[in-house]
Amino acid sequence: MQFMLLFSRQGKLRLQKWYVPLSDKEKKKITRELVQTVLARKPKMCSFLEWRDLKIVYKRYASLYFCCAIEDQDNELITLEIIHRYVELLDKYFGSVCELDIIFNFEKAYFILDEFLLGGEAQETSKKNVLKAIEQADLLQEYINDKLSRSVLPPLCLQ
Amino acid sequence: MPAVSKGDGMRGLAVFISDIRNCKSKEAEVKRINKELANIRSKFKGDKALDGYSKKKYVCKLLFIFLLGHDIDFGHMEAVNLLSSNKYTEKQIGYLFISVLVNSNSELIRLINNAIKNDLASRNATFMNLALHCIANVGSREMAEAFASDIPRILVAGDTMDSVKQSAALCLLRLNRTSPDLVPMGEWTARVVHLLNDQHLGVVTAATSLITTLAQKSPDDFKTSVSLAVARLSRIVTSASIDLQDYTYYFVAAPWLSVKLLRLLQCYPPPEDASLRSRLSECLETILNKAQEPPKSKKVQHSNAKNAVLFEAIALIIHHDSEPNLLVRACNQLGQFLQHRETNLRYLALESMCTLASSEFSHEAVKTHIETVISALKTERDVSVRQRAVDLLYAMCDRSNSKQIVAEMLSYLETADYSIREEIVLKVAILAEKYAVDYTWYVDTILNLIRIAGDYVSEEVWYRVIQIVINRDDVQGYAAKTVFEALQAPACHENLVKVGGYILGEFGNLIAGDPRSSPLVQFNLLHSKFHLCSVPTRALLLSAYIKFINLFPEVKGTIQDVLRSDSQLRNADVELQQRAVEYLRLSCIASTDILATVLEEMPPFPERESSILAKLKKKKGSSKLPDMDDSRKNVNGSAEHAEDAEVASKVPSHTFTDNLSVNSAPSSGASLLVDVFSDFSSAAPTESSDEHFPRFVCKNNGVIYENQLLQIGLKSEYRQNLGRMYVFYGNKTSTQFQSFSTSVSSNDVLCSHLNVQEKPVDPLIEAGAQVQQILNIECVSDFSDAPVLNIQFRYGGTLQNIAVKLPVMLNKFFQPTEMTSQDFFQRWKQLGAVISPQQEVQKIFIAKNQMDTDVTKAKLLGFGVALLDGVDPNPVNFVGAGIIHTKTTQVGCLLRLEPNTQAQMYRLTLRTSKESVSQRLCELLSEQF
Repeated sequence: MQFMLLFSRQGKLRLQKWYVPLSDKEKKKITRELVQTVLARKPKMCSFLEWRDLKIVYKRYASLYFCCAIEDQDNELITLEIIHRYVELLDKYFGSVCELDIIFNFEKAYFILDEFLLGGEAQETSKKNVLKAIEQADLLQEYINDKLSRSVLPPLCLQ
Repeated sequence: MPAVSKGDGMRGLAVFISDIRNCKSKEAEVKRINKELANIRSKFKGDKALDGYSKKKYVCKLLFIFLLGHDIDFGHMEAVNLLSSNKYTEKQIGYLFISVLVNSNSELIRLINNAIKNDLASRNATFMNLALHCIANVGSREMAEAFASDIPRILVAGDTMDSVKQSAALCLLRLNRTSPDLVPMGEWTARVVHLLNDQHLGVVTAATSLITTLAQKSPDDFKTSVSLAVARLSRIVTSASIDLQDYTYYFVAAPWLSVKLLRLLQCYPPPEDASLRSRLSECLETILNKAQEPPKSKKVQHSNAKNAVLFEAIALIIHHDSEPNLLVRACNQLGQFLQHRETNLRYLALESMCTLASSEFSHEAVKTHIETVISALKTERDVSVRQRAVDLLYAMCDRSNSKQIVAEMLSYLETADYSIREEIVLKVAILAEKYAVDYTWYVDTILNLIRIAGDYVSEEVWYRVIQIVINRDDVQGYAAKTVFEALQAPACHENLVKVGGYILGEFGNLIAGDPRSSPLVQFNLLHSKFHLCSVPTRALLLSAYIKFINLFPEVKGTIQDVLRSDSQLRNADVELQQRAVEYLRLSCIASTDILATVLEEMPPFPERESSILAKLKKKKGSSKLPDMDDSRKNVNGSAEHAEDAEVASKVPSHTFTDNLSVNSAPSSGASLLVDVFSDFSSAAPTESSDEHFPRFVCKNNGVIYENQLLQIGLKSEYRQNLGRMYVFYGNKTSTQFQSFSTSVSSNDVLCSHLNVQEKPVDPLIEAGAQVQQILNIECVSDFSDAPVLNIQFRYGGTLQNIAVKLPVMLNKFFQPTEMTSQDFFQRWKQLGAVISPQQEVQKIFIAKNQMDTDVTKAKLLGFGVALLDGVDPNPVNFVGAGIIHTKTTQVGCLLRLEPNTQAQMYRLTLRTSKESVSQRLCELLSEQF
């Protein structure tokens, strides 16, 4: 995988993970172009599209689009399930995850992604093992109970 | 699981994020961010030492700001400090900051590497993982230099924890991708292969990726992985679905690992060892069998995971290309998917079948699905799926079905999306040539292409038809007759005039016996098109005329009269003038013998690969195309291949186009057939510009681009969904611009919404001169991007490249609408009632310019709406209405602009019946005040 982007229906970027070295300018350009391309597609359309010399695999969960760029030889369907498994991980960790969780806890979203994917490849596909790693880390943290005002948005609704 | 209060809430960070989210405008956001940056800077600079928590919080804020898209130029040192904190959360944030915002500052890199080194040596799995993630995320050369030799050691050490092994494997994979030279091969490689046997499936998953990457580069070193991978795969596919516990995904056993193992096997040929080979075949058969079993779950995740493995297995079967039985089964399976209700599966089946079509074992099996594929071409709603269907038809085409496939592609072309027309044209041209048994069919097909999609027929295509007609004397008479008939149409495409001019000039004599196509009729027919054509075409026609003088002495007088007319002899275009003068003179002074020698029929072209194929390859990337090379060389039965295409192609083409221009400067005519085979690519950097773009939102004329050499001015007019843009290129230098050419490009999304057609432009611009080009624009449906005008020319010795964003915006297709106050409010309420909040878009923004009523009025009128006076109860407000015309729909738009002079702000509200239109118009207009 070359990169993964999460963005909202309004085109706001919520998470970006790059597995190939690119300049900031290039990253911004790619993001702009892809967000537009994906948002312009109708529901029911195919989840895959050719873009430059890459294949784009995307899926929408509630207000968020998850979008991965993979190479010619890579498997589209398994990438679609990589997206789903990541959503499951977020969902399990946050408990019915919604866009706001990812906005306010962006660092957690990155940590979970790093446990799941590294260098653009699946590192650990067991949900239990990934969450165990994250929970262990959480146990190491000082516990400051801080209720954030949450959830005005619908959860990402796992099917 | 407790949802909130996970770990360490950073209250200050949450408050800051809330603040940003509450900002009403971009300006407010920038203001808030600047305030925060100043605050953080002062904290970092203050005398009071910050505690770890505050440092972490501020670093995290900086990270958030950076991820919003703002530049961050400090805080790196503080982040590096966090790396050596004992507290995990602080260390973690430090690493995250470094991973995202790595800076090549050498001093820092040394410090970062030190911290990583300590963590790698810590024997604490959590810390080691953080360090490895950081290396994998950054993947820079400096890090590769520092750690590429340590990581293999960690990976294969007996006492390394599983999770660390996983990170180490993928970390090494990343370093191997970015700096392969720095990752030393050694005795560790043998031990890495044995990780395929590891008990922990997570370790196997990570290791398989690493081994695949390494095996692609040096397959011999990892040969032993084949038997291990087959064994592992076999255990997975035969396991009961619960055996693998958490590695079972929606009843599919370890789908990710299965896909990776199948991928690894694609680095190698089929195993030679018979028992291994049969074990692998069993695996593949099992996977194919499972596809026929009833699904264990209705969830799409189940079928996706199962089919992901299936498609990868099919990819391996195709890669091996050795088991006819498996290939045919794969083909049948894909055939089922062609009619599946999931669009995704239809897409993948079409794609995968394309590669299957090139195998001799399955080619016939693929062909049986032709009707399904043709119907996909006609009925699929998603253009990307239709594109796959076109690819597959192209791949499955052979002599037996070529007529059907070419006919279907031609009929699809009439309605095809603009974005894929050119590619279909190329494909049809290639198939028609490759499978032409009788060349009359070929000629008919190409002329049909020009008729249906003339604008998309590139030079390569019509050059090629001429080459073939010249080289094959059995088709010349037919070609002359057919073009003569096609030219009778009252409106025919300029490309047809070119082909017609060339062919009649060479072979018009073959049909001159029929009084209906006598020399004079032929000449009059060609000449009737002359004045509608561009300069290069006229130049070609002039050459055809002089050829006529040789072929048909009886029309010599008529043609000489034409050449002698002021519009030729005194033509403003130097090339046309020169040709007219020289041809006229030649026809007057040369003897019949000399004329016959000079204007002899073109010699056959040397044989070579079709330039159309080269163009298609360039367009698609050669990897995706099945090899179509075999018989293409045999246009006239000779398989000889010209070694030096450049020289060879110049000889015959010059005789026709330029042999008479005495001091031929690089001219339009000269390039007519010479450039067919030379690839005009250039490494010159492109200068791109969109700085003047916003100025054209509310006006249509002005200078869009200017540098030291060139000035580009625009004049445009729009009516309903159509527009015409006059582009003026001014040469500001005292040297001629040569090989001047332009092209308009749109991204994939845009080109299905907006159609821009460019008229040809003169390839020469004299010093100080200005030339004009016309662009015709059609708005198909609403759009938000803008097309780009690419300009290329030679100035002195260097090739100049310029890209200018063309100011074609959605609001250009406005027709103002007058309405009464009553109508307006009724409509406004209607739009308000049915919405979906997105149909209304509102934006509040700060005035960038002085708030002047007259200026605002002028801008709104320029934007394209009618201003409605006396509608809004508040007289300072502006209210406007208009209709956006696109080919597919019309979208009514109402807008209201409320200035607040005290606050120096505006509130803009747009209501339209379409969300994307409201959005785009709001973006465009709100930048104007």
